[in-house]
Amino acid sequence: MLTKRIIPCLDIKDGRTVKGVNFINIRDAGDPVELGAEYARQGADELVFLDISATNEERKTLADLVRDIARHINIPFTVGGGITSVGDVAPLLEAGADKVSVNSSAVKNPALIDELSKAFGSQCIVLAIDARKMENQWIVHTHGGKKPSDKKLFSWAKEGQERGAGEILFTSMDHDGTKMGFANDPLEKLHNSLSIPVIASGGAGEMGHFIDAFLIGKADAALAASIFHFGEIKIPELKQYLHRRNINVRM
Amino acid sequence: MRVAIIKYNAGNIQSVSFALERLGVDFSITEDSEEIQRAEKVIFPGVGEASTTMNYLKSRNLDRIIVSLRQPVLGICLGMQLMCKYSEENNTECLGVFPEEVKRFLPLRDMKVPHMGWNNLLLKDGWLDPAINCLYAYFVHSYYVPVNPFTSAVTEYINPFSAALHHKNFYAVQFHPEKSAVAGELVLKSFLNL
Repeated sequence: MLTKRIIPCLDIKDGRTVKGVNFINIRDAGDPVELGAEYARQGADELVFLDISATNEERKTLADLVRDIARHINIPFTVGGGITSVGDVAPLLEAGADKVSVNSSAVKNPALIDELSKAFGSQCIVLAIDARKMENQWIVHTHGGKKPSDKKLFSWAKEGQERGAGEILFTSMDHDGTKMGFANDPLEKLHNSLSIPVIASGGAGEMGHFIDAFLIGKADAALAASIFHFGEIKIPELKQYLHRRNINVRM
Repeated sequence: MRVAIIKYNAGNIQSVSFALERLGVDFSITEDSEEIQRAEKVIFPGVGEASTTMNYLKSRNLDRIIVSLRQPVLGICLGMQLMCKYSEENNTECLGVFPEEVKRFLPLRDMKVPHMGWNNLLLKDGWLDPAINCLYAYFVHSYYVPVNPFTSAVTEYINPFSAALHHKNFYAVQFHPEKSAVAGELVLKSFLNL
């Protein structure tokens, strides 16, 4: 049976992980390669590396970093951040990334999704959507969630699917950082209106939240950052917990 | 041991080569027919679309080279599908190493296509290390090979399908051993130890 996926997300700036990570057995807590390899050993099903570098100057070594990650990690991983063209993606996939994610640049230029999926196949194009509920509407935001756009979550996700995205990574900005649980209502609505997998993101605080995201939100995968980085939830324990509650996970 | 990875427009060549590197295997990435024929083992990777890939192989005569190989050959993902006789993906005539047809998954209830993620392998007798039985491997595919007499592992998604095949010196897996953690390494070792 196909399993639900657990995905740690690492923010990268200048080739280094941004948020602190407190794995005791890691020598260099800022090294994305070492951290990624540790997560793979712990049983993470996939990894997401998000380059939050502000400028292209800072970002130009990303392909080298991706190559280094691919060399050492034996599970699939996605790379995102600052991708605006087919030309940005080719070196990342050639370096060994399995998927790339697009966010603000796709909102600004939706045809980018068509171009990327035609060039590389839908299976490696993840449409990341940051959204917040405003006046009863889920409004898509860009630039790391700072700028509201004219797009609404559900219609934008559907458009993304039609344009060739292979997966939707939905982050609820209302839930992100709260540790109060994932945005299960919009997740379920996304599941019901789409035929591509949905990754839940934002709000994980305890293990039960993952059960809710999978059973209520019907998510195919769940992504989290700080709770994994700070060891508040350990992946092997989370997997055991889900397994005991009859959620199908890779053990 | 010298392993040749067939060089063509497949998406996962870098990842396959890194996986071999992690296992400490001596390999080369090549489209040179003599180098491929001389290798002790050959890996035929694959990510992409069937018809354009077959045309690419034909344009470089790699289609004839692959079917003529006598040493163990491992097809991965699209590589496995192209080793079959025919694929429904753009009605493509393939290499015919396995006399089987590749079919498209028909979506069922809320089961999405492509089949993407980790799914478990149920081994039949054959070339794969028995320790792999029931382990999970990473799949990404919209087309599948039905269970047939050459099936050496079965996975179920929408319907049971061939996760691995074997016929004569040809071996193949639908999943990505290069991305399947410890299970994937066991699969590659099973092939390399043949």
